[in-house]
Amino acid sequence: MLNKNQNSIIRLANAKKSFDNKIIINDLTLDIYDGEFVTILGPSGCGKTTALRVLAGLETLDSGDVYLSGKCITHVPAEKRNTNTVFQGYALFPHMTVFENIAFGLRMQKLPAAEIKTRVEDILQIVKLTDFRDRKPAQLSGGQQQRVAIARAVVNRPKVLLLDESLSALDYKLRKEMQNELKMLQRKLNITFIFVTHDQEEALTMSDRIIVMNNGNIEQIGTPREIYETPNNLFVAKFIGEINIFPATIESCISGNQYMANIHGCHYPIATEQTLVAGDAINILLRPEDLRIKEIDAKATSEQLVGHIIERNYKGMTLDSVIHLDSGERVQISEFFDEDDPDFDHSLGQKVAITWVESWEVILKDD
Amino acid sequence: MINSSAFKRLSIGLLVVWLSVFVLVPNLMIIATSFLTRDDANLIAMIFTFDNYTRLFDPLYFKVLTHSVYMASLATLFCLLIGYPFAYIVAKLPSKVRPILLFMIIIPFWTNSLIRTYGIKILLAKSGLLNDFLLWLHVIDKPLKLMYTEFAVIFALVYILLPFMILPLFSSIEKIDRSLIEAATDLGASKFITFLRVELPLTLPGIVAGLLLVFLPAMGMFYISDLVGGAKNLLIGNIIKTQFLNIRDWPFGSAASVTLTVFMAGLLFFYYKVGKSIKNRGHNA
Repeated sequence: MLNKNQNSIIRLANAKKSFDNKIIINDLTLDIYDGEFVTILGPSGCGKTTALRVLAGLETLDSGDVYLSGKCITHVPAEKRNTNTVFQGYALFPHMTVFENIAFGLRMQKLPAAEIKTRVEDILQIVKLTDFRDRKPAQLSGGQQQRVAIARAVVNRPKVLLLDESLSALDYKLRKEMQNELKMLQRKLNITFIFVTHDQEEALTMSDRIIVMNNGNIEQIGTPREIYETPNNLFVAKFIGEINIFPATIESCISGNQYMANIHGCHYPIATEQTLVAGDAINILLRPEDLRIKEIDAKATSEQLVGHIIERNYKGMTLDSVIHLDSGERVQISEFFDEDDPDFDHSLGQKVAITWVESWEVILKDD
Repeated sequence: MINSSAFKRLSIGLLVVWLSVFVLVPNLMIIATSFLTRDDANLIAMIFTFDNYTRLFDPLYFKVLTHSVYMASLATLFCLLIGYPFAYIVAKLPSKVRPILLFMIIIPFWTNSLIRTYGIKILLAKSGLLNDFLLWLHVIDKPLKLMYTEFAVIFALVYILLPFMILPLFSSIEKIDRSLIEAATDLGASKFITFLRVELPLTLPGIVAGLLLVFLPAMGMFYISDLVGGAKNLLIGNIIKTQFLNIRDWPFGSAASVTLTVFMAGLLFFYYKVGKSIKNRGHNA
């Protein structure tokens, strides 16, 4: 849960923005706290980059306000804001050396040359680019350019660092490395990071909090764990990780928050904080790793959902199977290997019955 | 495969022959001629000499040369001063308007520049449009002498050559990645500083290209000084033309022509160097 005692460093209040009558961000209100690593996550075109550019001052709002440390900065131009951006394509100045690129912001502040030199040298050391100070951006690898872009922004000691899809141009291995470097850098510098990405795995790895956006609206704000384990709605559930969705109806209330649900004629007990009545249409959400399967004989009948394994993929740590239910749906299951059973495997076409670890389900009312 | 490589060889071969016959050989002939001696009967006598080159430094010709360079330089400078803001504004306009404006820059090309130069005569003549207009405004009491002056030559050169400045500038300004300008703004640079520190250096290749595209032809456009410049405002092109057509001193005309070519080659080499230094080649690689 978010800590209410923390100070809001950035606040967007009822922010609206549209281009050519198309709403890009729709009545966005959010608080970001001092020292947080926040990720704005969403599919392309969801308004996440626009939201970031509004914070940077590179985009103006149609209505609503932006606050930085409690001061309204809605009409403060980008060059006067105490925020810095790491652009998607890095946007390094091609005609300047690494040193000059990083020193640019400090020169704009008209700091004395000696101070500029020490601050740039310090940051070069932190991002491990001291030996590259006299190179031009085109002579650097993607990862090095990325680090110059970050150094160029953080050397100004902004209150907030804005990162726009900053890792998406890197290859998989380098991206993993940079994710960790960014997290370490954030802890070291103690600057608030706002990171925009469409990569849910990246968001889960790096963030203190995730803001999930879709169609210009916020779908959910929460810690990676909250977002993954208790999604607010089907969009968040589907967007973050793999998930199985079983449409069901409530049959009866067992006791308190325990209900009996009916999925395609099979009865499963469920638990939820919501108050439901018999006949309510719900969705039962289960992650592949929360489901359990039991191999049963081809002729046997079962009280549970049954299906046949139509695909099995060895993933190293897990065995991922796809099950075709007799009701026609497909279910994804991910099972961890059991050290006591080295031959653990399924054969294609095997009939299985499905259950799950009790109370690990997420219940969303059908709307 | 054999067919396509045969076709490749044929087309490249044709090109080589074409360039050899119509570019390389004539140029070699001019270079050779520039070291020979004038002959009244046969145009050229086969006597080797450096005289043609030393004669270029004869005060009479040297003055024409420097004056020509001076006028071409001024015309180039004015083209840059007018062309840069123009190209900058056009490049920043919405993409719907840009092609229309560029089209309007190109339209004058459809009229022969000789005819357009005659148009300038009408504009600048003693009883021309400009003088009439100024008289009507009572800015002046009697017509100004505009024709057959240095001003007229530079004015005409700027008018004819301005598009050659605008187009390369436009393309280099348009090419600048918008995110670089945003990055500069984000780092605290005002619009003016962003222009000075980011946009101007990045358009340097365009500036140099424009300077060359204007300066080099400006020195050779003999018909402009013929039509509006009078006897005193000659360009190098006039010297070459006069030597070949009027005085019939081919070796000296050749020497002037070779000198101009070498001068231009030097400038092109400079352009190449500038382009290379911008192209991200640092020193500590």
